Amino acid sequence: MMVNGTAADAMLGGAQAAKRPAESLTAEAWRRFRRHRLATFGAAMLATMVFAVVAGPFIYRVPINEIDFKAKLKTPSWAHPMGTDDLGQDLLARMLYGGRISLAVGVAAMLIAITVGTAVGAVSGQSGGSVDNFLMRVTDLFLALPTLPLLLLIVYLFREALRKALGPEVGLFIMIVLVIGGLRWMPVARLVRAQFLSLREKEFVEAARSLGARPLRQIVRHILPNALGPVIVSASLDVAAAIIAESTLSFLGLGFPPDFPTWGRILADAKDNLDFAPHWAFFPGTAIFITVLSINYLGDGLRDALDPRKVL
Amino acid sequence: MSKYFLRRILITIPALLGISLVLFTVLAMAPGDPFEELATNPNVPPEVRANLRTQFGLDDPIPVRYVRWVTAMVKGDWGFSFTSRVNVSTLIMQRLPTTLFVLGTAQLLGLLVALPIGVYSAVRPYSIFDQIATTFAFIGFSLPTFCTGLLFILLFSIYLDWLPFIYRADIAATGWRWVWEMARQAIMPITVLGLFQGAATTRFVRSAVLDVIRLDYVNTARSKGLSERMTIVKHVVRNALIPVVTIVALQIPGVFTGAVITEQIFRVPGIGSLLISAILSNDTPVVMSITFVFAALVVLFNLIADLVYGWLDPRISYR
Repeated sequence: MMVNGTAADAMLGGAQAAKRPAESLTAEAWRRFRRHRLATFGAAMLATMVFAVVAGPFIYRVPINEIDFKAKLKTPSWAHPMGTDDLGQDLLARMLYGGRISLAVGVAAMLIAITVGTAVGAVSGQSGGSVDNFLMRVTDLFLALPTLPLLLLIVYLFREALRKALGPEVGLFIMIVLVIGGLRWMPVARLVRAQFLSLREKEFVEAARSLGARPLRQIVRHILPNALGPVIVSASLDVAAAIIAESTLSFLGLGFPPDFPTWGRILADAKDNLDFAPHWAFFPGTAIFITVLSINYLGDGLRDALDPRKVL
Repeated sequence: MSKYFLRRILITIPALLGISLVLFTVLAMAPGDPFEELATNPNVPPEVRANLRTQFGLDDPIPVRYVRWVTAMVKGDWGFSFTSRVNVSTLIMQRLPTTLFVLGTAQLLGLLVALPIGVYSAVRPYSIFDQIATTFAFIGFSLPTFCTGLLFILLFSIYLDWLPFIYRADIAATGWRWVWEMARQAIMPITVLGLFQGAATTRFVRSAVLDVIRLDYVNTARSKGLSERMTIVKHVVRNALIPVVTIVALQIPGVFTGAVITEQIFRVPGIGSLLISAILSNDTPVVMSITFVFAALVVLFNLIADLVYGWLDPRISYR
């Protein structure tokens, strides 16, 4: 009892003491991040994009599926700032709505990849031995899988069932997010494992261990926060990769259905009309490109900001 | 050396088995009957469907089915395409050379772009050349292949009308004319894929060379009077290539993603576009086999990368 009490007190004190430097670390990271001009630019671009797709449909109240054959394939004008498609549907409205889905898929798939990757990496790095060996072989196996063909195969096999079970929108969203996230956790797992292998031998973890901290507390309170830097960087890059993966699926006609205009889907519909309506492909293509570029720059800036070895 | 190669080749067998296990699990977990389609298809009589069910042993327990499926795959019996009524293996063999040609040339182009630019960038870090190259590499690898593909079609096929945007396997010409036509139609898919690969690789080459170039042995090489060119080519690049090979090998699954998309955009008759059309027409045996072929190609290229690795870094062979 006595020992436990002291340990708890020490932990409590440690936790409180750890608060202050953690804040200054964040401040330092922010200062370092701002020095990367393109990364700040990327963050600003991304914030604008997110604001546009979240708030846009409330401000720009044109329906996404209003068919108007008199105004089909119109180039941008005041009535239709991004022009119209072959059914006369307003492209700006569709872009704003589709952006929500594209970005939501990106973030959700990233969360899955990071959660699975961190869990696998943490268990692997903490337990070592045969568990570690097995998990790393599984990781290697997943790394050798051809992502897109497998993605297509899973979508092909499970699409109908999920559509029936959960409805076309929710079912497809869940499946696409799960599959994209489920095929992208491996680099995170390796990263986290490597961090764990070095961190669990460090003095501060040893101190926590000798004070009687259980393995779970050691992991959650002491090791994970210190392993987070590379994971955050990887998370930002995963959002970009997931957005590309979703666009690719939709572009190939195997993602969301046409009444669900994600950016990749709009681009896919536009590609057969490229010769007389290039504006139709221009806007979704640019949106995907700018988003991915912004996220990649953001990730680059985070990498510099969170890497303590890098002098800035 | 040969012992290392042999061991490395033997490792591919469990890798392939593992991949086949994953693919089979996906198929076995899939709800419904993969041959359900046939029940509603009036062109397929019920006895054919029953035969297929027994041939694929759909009523047996899953481990038995897995073993049977793997042995059939090993024997080269990959089943029968529902839509084109040919053996799947024949179908794939018809299409595979095109894919390998486009993919291989693109990868080569990517390396030819990435190596000199990456090395030159790292030799003069933060110079104007380096900044321009890094920016372009960043843009290049943020542009998904389907965006670049459409951009190229718009620019070179529609506005300038220089290049055809449909790839044909059977060109009605011989000799130099055939080569010319082939080059004209292959140039866009290869460039799209190659530049994407090149952009990603440039970044890796640059950082790998930067890691090596400040080491002492490079200074030694310089101070013993070797020319700058010799130092860079023989001493720096060879060592810098070791991590690059690893990363290029890790990227290979991604290369196939690009290949499927470019084949689809430019209608290249390779296995990537075959996969898409097979999925759209519910042709399960073709879909399964192509996915497996892609997986096998990933394993094969990883093997090649490891062998190159062993050649680049002689220390490895002794382990």
